[in-house]
Amino acid sequence: MSDTATTKRAIPDRLGTRTSRILASWEVLLFGVAVLIFVFNAFASPYFLNAWNLSDATFNFTEKAMIAFAMALLVIAGEIDLSVAAIIALASTTMGAAAQAGIGTPGLVAIGIAVGLACGAFNGLLVSGLRLPSIVVTIGTMSLFRGISYIVLGDQAYGKYPADFAFFGQGYVVWVFSFELVLFITLAIAFAILLHATNFGRHVYVIGNNEFAARFSGIPVERVKFILFLLTGLMAGVAAVCLTSRLGSTRPSIAQGWELEVVTMVVLGGVSILGGAGTIAGVVIAAFVMGLVTFGLGLLNVPGIVMSIFVGLLLIITIAIPIVAQRFKEMSLGK
Amino acid sequence: MNRLLKNREILLVAIIVVMIAGFATRAEGFASPANLANIFNDTSILIILALGQMAVILTKSIDLSVAANLAFTGMAVAMTNAAYPDLPLALLIVLAIGIGAFLGAINGYLVWALQIPPIVVTLGTLTIYRGMAFVLSGGGWVNAHQMTPSFLNVPRLPVLGLPVLSWIAIFIVIGAWFVLTRLPFGRAAYASGGNPTAAVYAGIDIGWTKFLAFVLSGALAGLSGYLWVSRYAVAYVDIAAGFELDTVAACVIGGISIAGGIGSVAGAVLGALFLGVIKNALPVIGISPFAQMAISGIVIVLAVVFNARAEKKAGRIILRDRAVPEGSA
Repeated sequence: MSDTATTKRAIPDRLGTRTSRILASWEVLLFGVAVLIFVFNAFASPYFLNAWNLSDATFNFTEKAMIAFAMALLVIAGEIDLSVAAIIALASTTMGAAAQAGIGTPGLVAIGIAVGLACGAFNGLLVSGLRLPSIVVTIGTMSLFRGISYIVLGDQAYGKYPADFAFFGQGYVVWVFSFELVLFITLAIAFAILLHATNFGRHVYVIGNNEFAARFSGIPVERVKFILFLLTGLMAGVAAVCLTSRLGSTRPSIAQGWELEVVTMVVLGGVSILGGAGTIAGVVIAAFVMGLVTFGLGLLNVPGIVMSIFVGLLLIITIAIPIVAQRFKEMSLGK
Repeated sequence: MNRLLKNREILLVAIIVVMIAGFATRAEGFASPANLANIFNDTSILIILALGQMAVILTKSIDLSVAANLAFTGMAVAMTNAAYPDLPLALLIVLAIGIGAFLGAINGYLVWALQIPPIVVTLGTLTIYRGMAFVLSGGGWVNAHQMTPSFLNVPRLPVLGLPVLSWIAIFIVIGAWFVLTRLPFGRAAYASGGNPTAAVYAGIDIGWTKFLAFVLSGALAGLSGYLWVSRYAVAYVDIAAGFELDTVAACVIGGISIAGGIGSVAGAVLGALFLGVIKNALPVIGISPFAQMAISGIVIVLAVVFNARAEKKAGRIILRDRAVPEGSA
């Protein structure tokens, strides 16, 4: 209960061996969980082990995971964006309106991405420009962005998209590898490089661990945060293009509740919600875990809202396990 | 600081009065006492929930599960009423508060004992509680004809010109004021949000305080569950979806600092009334109800900007630590 036990920067007397550390790492544990779920699904449903079915299953998470990559960086830097699903709604609505006006596929994609960037810039300005707490700001912009969609669409829907627009959500690049899956893999690699192999990535970690120290070391904290919000908006825009293309229609309630699933994915991936720690690899595995769980449950005819119970439990349990384990460790050390 | 807060509440009152006056020029009866009482009654549930949310926010936490809690409890109470019409209403209300408090206690326990960040806990329990409402009801509805007359009518009974629902809200406002300003728990809540380190040195158990705040928020959400189902005479899984944001919005508008430790009961109530007036005015002045979401969004963002100016000190310690007088004036 004391303060020392809760700080994320508590340093143990000695580190474990390299192998034990890798084996106990969050990513390896999560990978084990993913394998278990995969095996369980394979036994539970005869339809699971089929290349096309598995390919279909990836649609469950690719769009959310694209946002989760950017969100992971944002969370590592100690901020959060709850407006991502609303950005999808607004971007999709704008694309829908443009499609009705007869704009072609390249224009639609540009518009979707531009709206995402604009929304991200708006969040970024409020958070880093005016130094406001991101959680409330994005709760506000979440209402605002989706609210604009509701004003435009009300209870209507946009449905007339050009035929070749369908490629982004329904097309396949090679064999069972859909455009979305390929994009997901490309983005995973790009974000992994950005976070783990560039100065920018180091800055993100430093800001999340100690913002004051980051400022004193000359890191442009506000600029980094602004870029992160921009990046998250961009990814939401990209996800909006994919989702709109996949569904072929836009309602203002599109992607409702996704912010939750994206945050769950990020946290499940081992990113500390307090900031400062996490990897893209973890988020990738978490995306697969969540995709497999929802797809497996879907094959077993479990309704979506019941699945959300599993997602919620998954979120809380995965965060609780390391904390409880730490408790036991401390107890056995006689602390 | 105290004067600043007082200013904000007076300011809010002024804004609300101006808004009502403005709407009244567009629609004759808008400012009539009957309509104002109606708006208050309409906002009662939001006020009750906002006060629970406020207690949680004061301790530097947030409870996003209130609306899901409301939906589950409302469903549970409505189904109990439909299945056992002979049970007295008082028992059902106690049941609603009990279930709500229990769900709140789960949140509180996870925050207190496992020290999981409140936003993660309540994002998780938000989906879990609403999912449980689905499991409980099998996706079905409980309609007005399945509910007993007393279950439906008690909150509507007029007493001294106001419905019982409004009186419940008034009673809870007074109760919340008493609890937060006159009881040790209230002091502890302000202290553990305002300066956790100092609170620990003062012998305050922060974890326990947060736990109690979540239980309080849950209990009020449970009570609101009954009130909601009774008021709208229907219970289904999606009732009050997204309402948790309205409660946060009411608090933010009312000047309750999301960073904890700052805010007053009057502020939360005024914040809720502000949203209530807008919600009731939109159809009157001919704006589509679909615009309501965007308007609350704008209002939340503006309120946050406004709050940040009032709390500048907290955000401006960088390199200016010694220049405190600038912000504390």
